[in-house]
Amino acid sequence: MKIAITSGKGGTGKTTVSTGLFHILNRYLKHHVQLLDCDVEEPDCHIFIKASKTAVYPVNLLIPEINANICTFCGKCKAACAFNAIVMLPPAKFIEVSADMCHGCGACTYVCPENAITEKHKSIGQVSHFDYYAKDEFIEGRMHIGSALQTRVIRETITHARQQGVILFDSPPGTSCPVIATVSKSDYVVMVTEPTPFGLNDLILMAETVKQLGKKHGIVINKAGLNYKPLYDYITQNNIPLLGEIPFRKELASAYSKGEIVAESSPEIRSLFEGITKKILFETSLNS
Amino acid sequence: MKKPFEIVILSGKGGTGKTSVTAAFASLAKHAVFTDCDVDAADLHLVLSPDIYQQEEFSSGAKAVVDTDKCTSCGLCKDVCRFSALAYSGDIPVIDEYACEGCGLCSIVCPVDAITIENYNNNHIYFATCRFGPMVYGKLGIAEENSGKLVSKIRQYARELAQKHHAEIIITDGPPGIGCPVISAVTGSDLVLAVTEPTMSGWHDLDRLIEMIGGFKTPVFVVINKYDLNEEMTRVIEGNLLAKNIRVIGKIPYSDTMVLALLEAKTINEFDPSGYIAGELTRIWETITLTYEQNK
Repeated sequence: MKIAITSGKGGTGKTTVSTGLFHILNRYLKHHVQLLDCDVEEPDCHIFIKASKTAVYPVNLLIPEINANICTFCGKCKAACAFNAIVMLPPAKFIEVSADMCHGCGACTYVCPENAITEKHKSIGQVSHFDYYAKDEFIEGRMHIGSALQTRVIRETITHARQQGVILFDSPPGTSCPVIATVSKSDYVVMVTEPTPFGLNDLILMAETVKQLGKKHGIVINKAGLNYKPLYDYITQNNIPLLGEIPFRKELASAYSKGEIVAESSPEIRSLFEGITKKILFETSLNS
Repeated sequence: MKKPFEIVILSGKGGTGKTSVTAAFASLAKHAVFTDCDVDAADLHLVLSPDIYQQEEFSSGAKAVVDTDKCTSCGLCKDVCRFSALAYSGDIPVIDEYACEGCGLCSIVCPVDAITIENYNNNHIYFATCRFGPMVYGKLGIAEENSGKLVSKIRQYARELAQKHHAEIIITDGPPGIGCPVISAVTGSDLVLAVTEPTMSGWHDLDRLIEMIGGFKTPVFVVINKYDLNEEMTRVIEGNLLAKNIRVIGKIPYSDTMVLALLEAKTINEFDPSGYIAGELTRIWETITLTYEQNK
């Protein structure tokens, strides 16, 4: 069972929810719960899940290198490159691959008639395993600063998921390709929102995306308290299960700011997260 | 005419208040063009309520499409694809459109020309006028590739609009994170204003953002929003930034005003012009304008 925790808008509380669910589920299902931080641009789960790293795996890309001495400047590689990553100046006998633009697809290497292209590994990120409740229960994907291939790092991170038990994906914000890379690999999607016009606008985008992908889904309202009626009307009209509401309180914001698990901040909040967890388990069991 | 001064508002972590700050600047700036480059979840228009006078489609990616009538099921395409975007369902290759990056290698190797690469025109760029001036913003189609190309295009249009309207400043609401669209938003900007919050995540994400921007040499100013939610963390962030020689040009306390203004689709400076937060935002904007004047 793979559950993605998402939000169209950033900062609504994805990490608060995913680390909370991770804690509560771990209590019920010992050693059968895994959390993957897929927000590889800004992975924050480790701030709340204080654990030691047990292994680090690099995420590599095969980047071509063109030998200008062998190259005949026929231009086939440049024509084959869909990403405009090849710079060629035949009069100067200059040809180079711009590594920042290259997706590592291998098209240039394939079309080169002179075998002038060799490929080298370039690291674009890493996947780390942590020892938490048990080995490998918490896994983090982290893109190297300056790289623009976040989706690739996410896909690689997801290959580290176990095949059994409950797997939680802490997704990046938004609705574009990095989010799709996470959501398309999940069985259930938790959409975290907040009761503001921004929260609702971005929730609608997220809900449309999830529907298009045909994924079962539910909503958690974070920072609840502001009775923003259009949000509740939207949820009712679209018949989306409301999994729970986490109130806005300064003490919760303060616990979060210090890197504490919000779900464990008081017995009342813990039972609230238990309620959300039970609803998710109920909703996902309806699926199967 | 001189190139307009381009300010981009970023944060690393989402939800720190980028859009509320950008909207406040909109009501303070004179002779400016506004853009929303958070194309993934564009929200600035909810406050600025622009009137759209023109829109255009924009293609940000391409995907492989198989003509199953021509396909001989030889399997070459599947063998060469490095994105695991091709799988066989019986004898028929099926493209995983979310995994396909549109590189076209499958189409190159196909011996019977059964694969074509088709552009997806699912994104939109809107040209509009709001009560503070001209605005251009984008909206990404569902599940589209946020490659930064759309961000670059919007910024190019913003420069053209600035020329046309003799605007001196372009104010851009940027995307969260540090990936492709953020790199496109920073490229060629004159100033980054990073809005952060006093949380461990806020700092962790800002630190990564600052390191990413370091590669561009664009100056960075920081505003700490909701600074009183954890004043100790605020001091830690201020200390860390001081060590990096980065100026904190303002601190905004936590207040319901931000959300209340939003509910009325107003900027904070319109909603509560004599309030403390509006005053602080005005002061922050003056610091930015001074920097811009010095750069003139």
